[in-house]
Amino acid sequence: MNLHEYQAKNLYRKYDIPTTKGKLLTHPSQLDDILRTIGKDRWVIKAQVHTGGRGKAGGVVLVDSKAEANEEVRRLLGSRLITHQTTNEGQPINSIYIEEPSDIVQQIYLAFIVDRTTQRVMIITSSEGGVEIEEVAEKTPEKILRNPINPVVGIMPAQCRQICDDLNLDKTLSAQMIDLMQKIYKMFVENDLSLVEINPLVVTKQGYLICLDGKVQVDNSALYRQTKMNEIRDESQEDSRELKAEKLDLNYVSLDGNIGCMVNGAGLAMATMDLIQTFGGEPANFLDVGGSVNEKRVIEAFGIILSDEKVDGILVNIFGGIVRCDIIAAGIISAVEAMNINIPIVVRLEGTNAKEGLELIKNSTVSVYEEHDLNKAAQKIIELTKEQGAN
Amino acid sequence: MAILIDKNTKVLVQGLTGAQASFHTQRAMAYGTNVVSGVVPGKRGQRHLDLPIYNTVECAKRLTGANASIIYVPAPFCKDAIIEASENGIETIVCITEGIPTLDMLDVKAAIDLNGSRLIGPNCPGVITPGQCKMGIMPESIHMPGSVGIVSRSGTLTYEAVNQSTLSGFGQSTCVGIGGDPVPGSDFIDMLRMFQDDPDTKAIVMIGEIGGAKEEAAAEFIKEYVTKPVVSYIAGVTAPKGKRMGHAGAIIDGGKGTANEKYAALERAGVCTVRTITSIADALKEVHP
Repeated sequence: MNLHEYQAKNLYRKYDIPTTKGKLLTHPSQLDDILRTIGKDRWVIKAQVHTGGRGKAGGVVLVDSKAEANEEVRRLLGSRLITHQTTNEGQPINSIYIEEPSDIVQQIYLAFIVDRTTQRVMIITSSEGGVEIEEVAEKTPEKILRNPINPVVGIMPAQCRQICDDLNLDKTLSAQMIDLMQKIYKMFVENDLSLVEINPLVVTKQGYLICLDGKVQVDNSALYRQTKMNEIRDESQEDSRELKAEKLDLNYVSLDGNIGCMVNGAGLAMATMDLIQTFGGEPANFLDVGGSVNEKRVIEAFGIILSDEKVDGILVNIFGGIVRCDIIAAGIISAVEAMNINIPIVVRLEGTNAKEGLELIKNSTVSVYEEHDLNKAAQKIIELTKEQGAN
Repeated sequence: MAILIDKNTKVLVQGLTGAQASFHTQRAMAYGTNVVSGVVPGKRGQRHLDLPIYNTVECAKRLTGANASIIYVPAPFCKDAIIEASENGIETIVCITEGIPTLDMLDVKAAIDLNGSRLIGPNCPGVITPGQCKMGIMPESIHMPGSVGIVSRSGTLTYEAVNQSTLSGFGQSTCVGIGGDPVPGSDFIDMLRMFQDDPDTKAIVMIGEIGGAKEEAAAEFIKEYVTKPVVSYIAGVTAPKGKRMGHAGAIIDGGKGTANEKYAALERAGVCTVRTITSIADALKEVHP
């Protein structure tokens, strides 16, 4: 789960992590009040969307007058921001964060992320922070520093001193930086975060370190114990079908093709998509029904697949392990009957209780194609959807 | 021989009385697995599936001689359960549960590495040595004792590979699902090393998927250490680039992680790669000695 910049900064303030003064705007009528309480004659207008690359895409602008602020707020609010990190549809801008600008001497990159390779929380820093950080990483990887934190002992002063040394910070800035990193790690652990990225962390003309941006990600698996995070989740930033699927405990991603897929297991779901494309078809979605699927969830999964109007046919590919094929089969039968589905469905059942599942389908009145061989199943649904599309 | 588990393995089940644990333990026992006891806090003295239940792993180990544990307890309690098994000297721990917080797993890894325990999972189908011992949720009927070692990040994809190696007559030495979580207990390299050192394993199937850099690391290891033929499939060639947030993910993976990059790394290491999951049998026929 992602936090907005303003939510991240509220979290920073709880941990006494330095940020600039800022206020959130959700309606243009709030602008005058905000401009009066923040800054003097220059402001930074920042679109609140769950993505990076906002600056380059026009989602972060510096304004020199109230009139200009007004203009930018009206331009951004209610529109969608498309950056190189979003889809072509972009992300909706439903709120704007307004801050006073800082006098910047240097931009530092600072991130804490769970690193799969070392299995540690990794501190990533660079003295060359800012919007070009990915280019810095690609062209001059030696300018990206990595320091893993041992979870047994937590963040150690010595590694913080090392980072400050490598970043070439002077004594006063080093003291601030060490304090800052320790606070971030505390925040990271206490809130079950999976990412904190501050880009840029700036050195001001006055000699202070200030976090100008905040990208914070919470570990979805830990939301059961981070209940406050659930309350501030902004669902408008997420794909509505994907969100609905998640609430049903289904893993769904919508794609551009016309063949709906219902599969158990993320790996097999991807492999099924790969296979459909190998035989010349286009999958309409990725859908993993998960390990604890029951009849009701199968019906709901059909509902989500069919809510996509592009779908001309559905391939069900289940290799039962913890999932029992007879339960899936019962779900398919109920779904076809209840929703009156009239597009072709090809079902491939294998593994736990596959025989029982196929019996159920054979003895029912619903018309679905049963195909034991996965290659043939993929070819069959492609053939049938071509006919369906031609009709 | 096989790896990790065999007919001499004495299995205890943590969380035995749950619905999934009951269903799969029953099947494992019917398959011939030597399940000796269950651990369910607060249920000491009861019996379930005709097995004795204890409050602690310490008791279960001392009284029933368990040397391996399979964990079905709910995610919020897994950190405690895994570390308990490890602290009490259980050598092989298999955790089926999905949805364990990542920071819990960082702690778990640091703790069990000190004890030298081997953790498979979490969020995985488990381990099976066909005909001898099953610690997991895989459908046993598709397996056959044989010579192919199978390791995979994905549960159901493992089943596909198993099915093909059975139908083509090779069978399996041991099959391991290492799980798809960001911080798994074991990775490809751990299993590749064991398969290379196991005389019963003649060929290896490794099934990866997009994301992370574990397959690239495995490719490096294969080049250095593995002399047995390896067949590999990577899921997700056609997966769209995901939405992302911030730069840290891209920086840390350093351009690794796509299926094509993984295929390239594996091919450089001399691995026999296949582009569809249904081609594993054909590839095995080609490379199996």
